[in-house]
Amino acid sequence: MTEDDLRDLYQEVILDHGRRPRNFRRLDAPDASARGNNPLCGDRIEVFVKTDAEGRITDAAFEGKGCAISTASASLMTEIVKGKTAEEAKALGAAFREMATGGCPHCEAALEDDFDRLRVLSGVAEYPSRVKCATLAWHTLGAALDHAAEEVRTE
Amino acid sequence: MSAEAVRRVLAAGAPVPPPFDVARIRADFPILSRLVRGKPLVFLDSAASAQKPRAVIEAMTAMYEGGYANVHRGAYWLSESATAAFEGAREAVARFINAGSAREVVFVRNATEGINLVAQSWGRAFLKAGDEVLITAMEHHANIVPWQMLRDQIGIVLRVAPVTDRGELDMEAFRRLLGPRTRLVAVTQMSNVLGTITPVGAIVAAARAQGALVLLDGCQAIVHAAQDMQALGADFYVFSGHKLYGPTGIGVLWAKLAHLEAMPPWMGGGDMIASVSFERTTYAEPPARFEAGTPAIAEAIGLKAAIEYLGGIDRAGAHAHEQGLLDHATARLSAIPGVAIIGEAQAKGAVVSFTVDTAHPHDLATLLDRAGVCVRAGHHCAQPLMERFGLPATARASFAIYNTRAEVDALADAVARAREFFA
Repeated sequence: MTEDDLRDLYQEVILDHGRRPRNFRRLDAPDASARGNNPLCGDRIEVFVKTDAEGRITDAAFEGKGCAISTASASLMTEIVKGKTAEEAKALGAAFREMATGGCPHCEAALEDDFDRLRVLSGVAEYPSRVKCATLAWHTLGAALDHAAEEVRTE
Repeated sequence: MSAEAVRRVLAAGAPVPPPFDVARIRADFPILSRLVRGKPLVFLDSAASAQKPRAVIEAMTAMYEGGYANVHRGAYWLSESATAAFEGAREAVARFINAGSAREVVFVRNATEGINLVAQSWGRAFLKAGDEVLITAMEHHANIVPWQMLRDQIGIVLRVAPVTDRGELDMEAFRRLLGPRTRLVAVTQMSNVLGTITPVGAIVAAARAQGALVLLDGCQAIVHAAQDMQALGADFYVFSGHKLYGPTGIGVLWAKLAHLEAMPPWMGGGDMIASVSFERTTYAEPPARFEAGTPAIAEAIGLKAAIEYLGGIDRAGAHAHEQGLLDHATARLSAIPGVAIIGEAQAKGAVVSFTVDTAHPHDLATLLDRAGVCVRAGHHCAQPLMERFGLPATARASFAIYNTRAEVDALADAVARAREFFA
């Protein structure tokens, strides 16, 4: 095992966000929240969102237990969606999911400035069993924004 | 092998297998010579599904290339010959587990199907609302969900005996949960997560004392030691072929003939009938009654080949070898700071579940994979057991007859490196 091989998947940014996730807390009185669950690996996450009168996300946070990939993805997500409208955040999530599965000709345009920050997770496309780790947070955010009552599952 | 066992084999006229030699065993498994990600394959996930010896692969190929036809049907030589081979596989299974007769051997797809068959046939026919089925907290989902389905269908009560912090069955609590309403005790013989070998003798005796029947999930246990249906004293026993070095798609439900004779069919179709008219259908005798449709013919032949393969090796020596690997892995992993082993039963088979303080089991498995080491990461189809230990998941290494000490060392070295990587 050479570390270089692994750096494709576990870039320093991922290791950092995996060890010290940002916005790792509950929000008091969130405007939206949802639970996500990846039954394959037992990962669980809860995402909280606050929005302003215009529907813009003013704060996003998460709690849960997961692997480095899922934790880092959730951490990066909560940073990136702040200041975005729900529609923008959902579009970002859709583009991210495409990138994570390896087929996203339009990602660069869709993700714009955020692409560089999220591109660190594109390595999961080489690991089919890990794609769901990366996308769990975004699925869960989508459910929260849709006010879906049910728990999200990536299986 | 004990002197007594050797005498028995000699008396039976069978050749005595040569002493266990892992290098010779490895040569029998073609896949073990391949590389994974440029590294030698270190396959430590045999508890999920074992690799196959050449004898199994060749037996199935030979069946397809020279002996294949549907069974129990054709009035032509090839079908008769295939039928004889298929029924010969049943005879081989019966001898392998010391069944009362081959009629007690029902071919199913896997142990999961065997348990579902018992729940849906015996359970629906003989249990009623309020009757109790007692399982344990260390069951695989396959020995939980079929009983929950039955509970939702007919109102049985499902009781669960707890496990101790060491991962052993809490026998005191187990005895307390047994009562006059207990109709069936359904227990694993060896936990696929903890490696715990359950005290089957005591379980059977306690169940008998309450008049309850016993179902044993032998998936893991039968892989590591010979099983004798007469000695175990259970009513039902299930196992899967693919964990026993045989093919997927074939498994066994053994049951005492009296139970099978009293049980209604579960699935309807061809092969399981005596006669069919639109007014009335009569059912075949067991085991055919429970084998609707064309069975897994080549797979049964493959299972027979796996059984014969095991018959040709020194199984006592193999067992000692596997236990040696478990001891070595336990020592090596325990010596790594931050590694916790889950399951410390006194009686433990060749399975070790563990966690690493800096790495989630999935991240760990990905790193090990890059070193060519295949381990299972997740809840191992035993989510209630994971809850019991407060864990979302563990990594699990399991050892088979073909694994080596060097592979255990490769595992431990890779775990230590992974811990550093994520620290």
